[in-house]
Amino acid sequence: MKSLEELKAIRERMQGQVGLREEDDTVTRVVVGMATCGIAAGARPVLTAFAEGVQEKGIKNVMVTQTGCIGLCKYEPIVEVIQPGKEKVTYIKVTPEKAKEIIDQHLIRGQVVSEYTIK
Amino acid sequence: MYRSHVLVCGGTGCTSSGSQKIIDTLHEEIDKNGLSSEVQVVKTGCFGLCALGPIMIIYPEGTFYSMVKPEDIPEIVEEHLLKGRIVSRLVYKETVTENGIKSLNDTNFYKKQHRVALRNCGVINPENIEEYIGTGGYEALGKVLTEMTPEEVIQVVLDSGLRGRGGAGFPTGRKWMLARNIVPDADQKYVCCNADEGDPGAFMDRSVLEGDPHVVLEAMAIAGYAIGANQGYIYVRAEYPIAVKRLQIAIDQAREYGLLGKDIFGTGFDFDIGLRLGAGAFVCGEETALMTSIEGNRGEPRPRPPFPAEKGLFQKPSVLNNVETYANIPQIILNGAEWFASMGTEKSKGTKVFALGGKINNTGLVEVPMGTTLRTVIEEIGGGIPNGKKFKAAQTGGPSGGCIPAEHYDIPIDYDNLISIGSMMGSGGLIVMDEDNCMVDIAKFFLQFTVDESCGKCTPCRVGTKRLYEMLDKITKGTATLEDLDKIEKLCYYIKDNSLCGLGQTAPNPVLSTLRYFKDEYIAHVVDKKCPAGVCKSLLQYYIDADKCRGCTLCARQCPANAIEGTVKNPHVIDPDKCIKCGACIEKCKFGAIFKK
Repeated sequence: MKSLEELKAIRERMQGQVGLREEDDTVTRVVVGMATCGIAAGARPVLTAFAEGVQEKGIKNVMVTQTGCIGLCKYEPIVEVIQPGKEKVTYIKVTPEKAKEIIDQHLIRGQVVSEYTIK
Repeated sequence: MYRSHVLVCGGTGCTSSGSQKIIDTLHEEIDKNGLSSEVQVVKTGCFGLCALGPIMIIYPEGTFYSMVKPEDIPEIVEEHLLKGRIVSRLVYKETVTENGIKSLNDTNFYKKQHRVALRNCGVINPENIEEYIGTGGYEALGKVLTEMTPEEVIQVVLDSGLRGRGGAGFPTGRKWMLARNIVPDADQKYVCCNADEGDPGAFMDRSVLEGDPHVVLEAMAIAGYAIGANQGYIYVRAEYPIAVKRLQIAIDQAREYGLLGKDIFGTGFDFDIGLRLGAGAFVCGEETALMTSIEGNRGEPRPRPPFPAEKGLFQKPSVLNNVETYANIPQIILNGAEWFASMGTEKSKGTKVFALGGKINNTGLVEVPMGTTLRTVIEEIGGGIPNGKKFKAAQTGGPSGGCIPAEHYDIPIDYDNLISIGSMMGSGGLIVMDEDNCMVDIAKFFLQFTVDESCGKCTPCRVGTKRLYEMLDKITKGTATLEDLDKIEKLCYYIKDNSLCGLGQTAPNPVLSTLRYFKDEYIAHVVDKKCPAGVCKSLLQYYIDADKCRGCTLCARQCPANAIEGTVKNPHVIDPDKCIKCGACIEKCKFGAIFKK
């Protein structure tokens, strides 16, 4: 290690990884419905798209997680974005493409993509 | 990116309860379900709740699965990792509430803890240097080398009030200052780490080495910069194979990343560390004996002064600190002396790790701010004493320490308070005893340990502890007199005053402190020939209560000495001459008819 910058680079790369193991109230949670109905409707690629997208764009304070069936099986894949202090946003019939849009618009810029939300 | 991390404890405790098998099964099941690119399995160090091992935590949910068995793994992978449904029947019960699963940090065991030295234990993969760097590792070393002078480093450590966590509690900053200044023109100095954890019941150093080995390397490099040394040695016992292996991996990785070796961070500072394995002699935890052992000689202490700061390893000025002491250093550098000094009591700053053992529900490792009461540690964090028994005493400091009786249950634990009640902090082993423990027997147990471990170099320790042990043995056999009690006390002080090193000087402590608080128990043994706790075999008789005995003959058939006589459906009798007091009959009797007194 010849410089502090090198150390900092490793730290930043690893922080996203290790940071997942901290419990923190300031984190935005992206919850993908991964029950049988969700998986059958294609939730798995959606989940991967979120996980990869968040990592690629280096978004901090976001965790991608999963949940069971919330009872609205016909709208699966369902994705909920829960930001601290804000009302929960529920996206329905999400695809990996829509996921990218949600990452860019909602997670980065803070604008809800209302055309995909539940009506 | 891995969306989920499965942390499995790979510390010694959980490894012995089968965590490696859990990890292997996890990998198989995760592969089978096609999750290997999404879910990462991380083998970590100790979480602290060793009684519940093997332990597994799944993030981001933070779900705490305890006592996991390999056959549970397919269900956990399919339900939790694939479908996102927590398998509540396998979750640590304390975290299950009516409203779902609560965070581990809100459980009694973790709520009152404050983790500084154990910060990364159970959080990172100790065999991956990048995970350590990801939690801020080696930043303190970078800061020290690029922004601070050695004097400033020592000043920060001094101001923090950090005292040695190995037992004696000498201020770490002063130790470093002496090593820096006492021999101004020294051509070579050394930094040593005492990882020869030998107290029965203490395992916090092992946990740090297994769970966060890099923190020790980083702190030693900082110490090296502060005192002007470029070589360090870690003296670790060979009986800690997992710790040794992870330390070696850590040293290799640190060298590869240029965090050990030549010209660290391009500042011209060189520092390297070597591992030295101890054969497990207790005396090698004493600083001069430890250094003698590193030099390649038989591990025997030498007189002080000269102190190691002047003439230590290879006769050069040296600093020797304990593992837990080092584990605090990087955090002190990064967060400042005031931050550290804000925790703890007036003269004991920061936190202390305790290894809870004995009669306690949550056997394991806890870290609390100095000044926490024994009651909080045992009742709240430790989950109290099993089977509704009453707290009698806690032994701190192992064979060098003493016991804390129930009357001091609410004393804030720090260095000075413990000394004032005749015990000592020691390395932090905390052995809890209930009403079924005989205090004379406990003192005898610890003395047996020091008799075995005395190196034999000086007579007061070699012969004195042996004679002391014999007198205690007489007491437990019921053949001692009140005169012996006086003799014991005299001999204790003689050994304390005249032994060469800390081993002998502290060996009588368990005897003195039990004499101080439980003299009535000693007297019961000597005068009434009774052991109130019912432990000392020679003073016990086994009896059968004729009213309760149904004459089932089970005990008679069980007795290995054929000491029980009687006919079917008639009360049985124990022949005291034949009885070997093994207790097999008590265990077998279904009617509670057999008792001892």
